[in-house]
Amino acid sequence: MHRGKGMKFVGDSRVPGMEHRKPNIPKDYSEYPGKTEAFWPNFLLKEWMIGAVFLIGYLLLTVAHPSPLEGQADPTDTAYIPLPDWYFLFLYQLLKYEFASGPFNVVGAIIIPGLAFGALALAPFLDRGPERRPSKRPLPTGFMLLAIASIIFLTWESVANHDWEAAEAQGQITEEVEIDTSDPGYEIYAGAACISCHGDNLEGAVGPTLVGTGLSPEEIAEIAVNGIEEGGVQSMPPSWDGTEEDLQVMAEFISGLEAE
Amino acid sequence: MLNKLYDWVDERLDITPIWRDIADHEVPEHVNPAHHFSAFVYCFGGLTFFITVIQILSGMFLTMYYVPDIENAWQSVYYLQNEVAFGEIVRGMHHWGASLVVVMIFLHTLRVFFTGSYKKPRELNWVVGVMLFGVILGLSFTGYLLPWDMKALFATKVGIEIAASVPLIGGMIKVLLAGDSTILGAQTLTRFFAIHVFFLPAALLGLLAAHFIMIRRQGISGPL
Repeated sequence: MHRGKGMKFVGDSRVPGMEHRKPNIPKDYSEYPGKTEAFWPNFLLKEWMIGAVFLIGYLLLTVAHPSPLEGQADPTDTAYIPLPDWYFLFLYQLLKYEFASGPFNVVGAIIIPGLAFGALALAPFLDRGPERRPSKRPLPTGFMLLAIASIIFLTWESVANHDWEAAEAQGQITEEVEIDTSDPGYEIYAGAACISCHGDNLEGAVGPTLVGTGLSPEEIAEIAVNGIEEGGVQSMPPSWDGTEEDLQVMAEFISGLEAE
Repeated sequence: MLNKLYDWVDERLDITPIWRDIADHEVPEHVNPAHHFSAFVYCFGGLTFFITVIQILSGMFLTMYYVPDIENAWQSVYYLQNEVAFGEIVRGMHHWGASLVVVMIFLHTLRVFFTGSYKKPRELNWVVGVMLFGVILGLSFTGYLLPWDMKALFATKVGIEIAASVPLIGGMIKVLLAGDSTILGAQTLTRFFAIHVFFLPAALLGLLAAHFIMIRRQGISGPL
């Protein structure tokens, strides 16, 4: 910047007076090669359209798939099978292989991801040649394709081996309902085999929760007597060995339990 | 009116050089999808930034309801999701945005890699970009715990165990993240909240500024 004798400033600031300013006019793009254009406003308007299309897709995804929320964290639940968000699945899957788990955990958890990320960060210093076309630098291209293939394969394996139904069931938000334990229906329930699978508060354990089943007393009595058989698999054994009157009272009690 | 305002500010602060620098930076033909459709691959970086801005805005709105405390965190997210007007949309954008930003930054990395754009003289910008990738992954990891639901807690347990398996300093990293050498609880949640909302966004903004200043300085890499 021009400084020195004859320079005029704005008041006592260091900003030069108007006669020494850069004029506020766009550059001449005709001197640039090809169809080079200005960022503002020419290109930004086009970029904006791409952004708008992207945003529409993004919003449709948001509306079509509400974000999931599982039940409140309970550190005492030791049976829970953990699962990271999908973009960490490949790392998680890597830790399941024998050479990368147990005594070799450090291999899968630190060494392999560390080497991969370190090599990525140092790529400009490992691949120093002037050639830019992927076909002219086979080693970097090959390693990157190998890494992408590994990520896709490991993610695929992880998804294929995960029990998604169990994952959905274990994360469900359980409704907490005040159970009237003095109800004669509850007393019959507690005295029968039902309580061992469906829990003290009918919240479910081995069997599902009995709160808010939406079933009529007749249907519940029928299930209690005959159990549930689906596709040849006995998912609930026939369980009732009491009297008809007690069964009637208990079935009406369970049928009347509504989720809040 | 706007011109007068501009002149008023310009007379005092000489903003024309910085304005012309932003407005006039030339967009070469080979990165412009209007001229070559395949140039859409050059949009991935911009889209990553676009989602980052959405993440910052939606995150700011989420903190108006979210309570970083083990008693109330889940309750506040449940309330936000089910009771607050448009809460489901704002949380949904933040949730899906977290996935999309990882996808877009990955695609952007691949574009820069396969066009060899990281080569001299752009080595430093590549290194900053990889650091940004790390910060984004850190934001995803810390954000995953905050709803304090079952999958959040147990995924974080796994993540912290992985961090603890680092040789020599693993134990220290674990205490730094979890706030305790054995318990993953109240301390962990507040720490992850602080890291997710203050530490990593600060690092993100600083690195982004460096990333953009370097691009403006060097211009985009030429055609292959």
